[in-house]
Amino acid sequence: MDRRTVLKGLAGVGSLAATGGLSMPALSQGAAARTLRFVPQANLANFDPIWGTQYVVRNAAALVWDTLYGLDATLQPQRQMVESEEVSDDGLVWTFRLRPGLKFHDGEPVRSKDVIASLARWSARDPMGLMLKAIQNELTAVDDRTFKWALKAPYPKMLLALGKNSTPCAFIMPERIAQTDPFKQIPEYVGSGPMKFAKGEWVPGAKAVFEKFADYAPRQEKASWLAGGKQMLVDRIEWVVIPDPATAAAALQNGEVDWWESPITDLVPSLKKNRNINVDIADPLGNIGSFRMNHLHPPFNDVKVRRAVLAALSQEDYMRALVGDDTALWKPLPGFFTPDTPLYTEEGGEILKGKRDLATAKKLLAESGYSGQPVTCVVAQDQPITKAQGDVTADLLKQIGMNVDFVATDWGTVGSRRAQKTPPGQGGWGMFHTWHAGADCISPAAYNAIRANGDKAWFGWPTSEVVEKEVTAWFDAKNLDEEKAAAKRLNKAAMEDVVYAPTGFFLSYTAWRKNISGIAKGPLPFFWGVSKTA
Amino acid sequence: MVSYILRRILSTLPVMGIVALFVFSLLYIAPGDPAAVIAGDQASPADVERIRQGLGLDRPFLVQFGTWLWHILHGDLGTSIFTNLPVSAMIAQRIEPTFSLMAITLVLTILVAVPLGVAAAWKAGSWVDRTIMAFAVFAFSLPVFVVGYVLAYVFALQFEWLPVQGYTPLAAGIWPWLQNLILPALALGSVYIALIARITRASMLEVLQQDYVRTARAKGLGQRNILFVHALKNAAVPIVTVIGIGIALLIGGAVVTESVFAIPGLGRLTIDAILRRDYPVIQGIVLLFSFLYVLVNLMVDVTYTLVDPRIRY
Repeated sequence: MDRRTVLKGLAGVGSLAATGGLSMPALSQGAAARTLRFVPQANLANFDPIWGTQYVVRNAAALVWDTLYGLDATLQPQRQMVESEEVSDDGLVWTFRLRPGLKFHDGEPVRSKDVIASLARWSARDPMGLMLKAIQNELTAVDDRTFKWALKAPYPKMLLALGKNSTPCAFIMPERIAQTDPFKQIPEYVGSGPMKFAKGEWVPGAKAVFEKFADYAPRQEKASWLAGGKQMLVDRIEWVVIPDPATAAAALQNGEVDWWESPITDLVPSLKKNRNINVDIADPLGNIGSFRMNHLHPPFNDVKVRRAVLAALSQEDYMRALVGDDTALWKPLPGFFTPDTPLYTEEGGEILKGKRDLATAKKLLAESGYSGQPVTCVVAQDQPITKAQGDVTADLLKQIGMNVDFVATDWGTVGSRRAQKTPPGQGGWGMFHTWHAGADCISPAAYNAIRANGDKAWFGWPTSEVVEKEVTAWFDAKNLDEEKAAAKRLNKAAMEDVVYAPTGFFLSYTAWRKNISGIAKGPLPFFWGVSKTA
Repeated sequence: MVSYILRRILSTLPVMGIVALFVFSLLYIAPGDPAAVIAGDQASPADVERIRQGLGLDRPFLVQFGTWLWHILHGDLGTSIFTNLPVSAMIAQRIEPTFSLMAITLVLTILVAVPLGVAAAWKAGSWVDRTIMAFAVFAFSLPVFVVGYVLAYVFALQFEWLPVQGYTPLAAGIWPWLQNLILPALALGSVYIALIARITRASMLEVLQQDYVRTARAKGLGQRNILFVHALKNAAVPIVTVIGIGIALLIGGAVVTESVFAIPGLGRLTIDAILRRDYPVIQGIVLLFSFLYVLVNLMVDVTYTLVDPRIRY
């Protein structure tokens, strides 16, 4: 081998590449108008909405799989795949009839056996599903379009369970797929919804493509969140994953993408200045910031210490750290339920109101006998929301005289460490930060974070019989007044026990180009009714 | 030469074996849990544990390592914990963008840096030299992501000449392919242009003071002939070494550049896999990268024989 041979070889490769690539495909104006390019909040890393319950998976799954019922913008479950339902007088037997003409993406009709297998898989993972499973007598097919769910006890929240939008949703899949172990991933993606998943074009971490399902039979009613007629006005939706917010903002301004689900607050002013871009609140139900204390180990196993932290906590500090000076984006939250929803209450929330009381906090801390042991505060630095909250908490704890062991790490580590029940010094933790979608906090139905059933509770494992009693009271409530009364008592009990510390209510924006219309505000991006002009 | 190359390639096997064991051990002891990420924020601890069992992550270290090694020996890099796709397929999806970016960056770097270094050496001490060296210091000092943002702002947002992000495969045509790579290659290449320009200058300065260069001048050879035929060839060994190191460093640089310009390459796959603790993907990529490092070193060694006939293996 000599230099000339090498150079000739390189020249050959260059010319081959050049001649092989002179043509380029041109996207016609019509095709471009029928393709919606969307930047999701996160990467679609897996696509099984029962196995993986991240919001981004739920959002994509809502395009591909339909549900029996769907929650509408008034927070009421409405019929979706179901044509009618009947409940026996004693409330023990529910009979559902499917709409005619429902088809899966492989052309097969949706039958009762598919629904039964799907509900069985969902109920093994979903909190409401688990409740139903616990009181289930039998779930059987009457015929291809009718199925019956017989229970041992009445379950008034049945329709909410089947139509709620919190993860995991009760998506309907073909029987052969739904028979997959709920703790293992499904092998194929045959949907029942308005869009098909183009698996061949899926590049996890970069792109996911959805194509219109021609045989989808939408309802005739107007679409409202997950309910009503899911009319697709574009033929193709491309999810373009852009991890860097500045790049996503530039791509939107440059017209390379049409809709950016979650612009960060810092970049919103520059987007608002662009005459081709609309910016608006994404979801009026917003989010609830929070940190959880470990109820199993000192010092937070003492309710006085938890109350001390709550007494000193300034929600304004947290919210300004999260969303800056845009006061339209946040409000204080002296409670646990989503503001402006029926169950919202401030009962028992006095401890979070008014001027912050460091003296009381210090007094409570002294009464608890706290003697300066380190508080292991685990903070994910790769999530702006947790990082900002963690910084405020560290300062707060120092102000009331606590010894902070600040563990700066990433979300993946927080995810595993928070599951450790060992003491903080032995791989466990004292507190961690997170946030909850407001849509999940409108009622106790899907609100894991408010539960206080000890070992079965969410991380932190709070135990409070009163809290659990009121959760049950809400589930058993026969009407909204009873629900409200239960929620009031629940809020008060959860605040007294400090099940977790709410750091405030905050909203976020979404941004889209002005040639896109039909974007609805809601807890997830709804693509039906969205159209695009060239 | 052929036996030397074969020996070198064979020597990569133990290297990759050690790398595999090291990476597997490191990931095993590293904090983090893919099951927790999969289960989502609302999952109960029991759900997380069931998923962990489903993935086989609760098995002892040696069992997990043995299973993985057995599959590797059969040419199977495993399946991604998250996507359920074969790791080899995920890597194959990402190779073209990364290699394209690296190739364009390398070509750009050599085409710009070597002439700049030669010019600086030729005009040593003059304003040309000082300007080039000032540029080199500036380019070397700027982080890649800053250069990336500035380039995107100017050439994509203001002038609207080039796209901000993404990647178009070469199969779609030269220009669409190149369009998406120009800005990332400029951003990624700026540091290497600076580095190689400085090395070229230093190496050339030394060579230009040699007797044979004076002889060439005395014989009346033209300046271009002296610089590019006689001097540059003799100054090439250190330059090739630095270019080789640069290729290895490009792999690391691609991680940042691919994130800034949303290029779906191996760099982004690596970051995503690390953040999610997608162990099979991390292990697959590290094995690939370690092989590439060895390969680049081999290529550098072979190139020495092309630029300096005195070197023989």
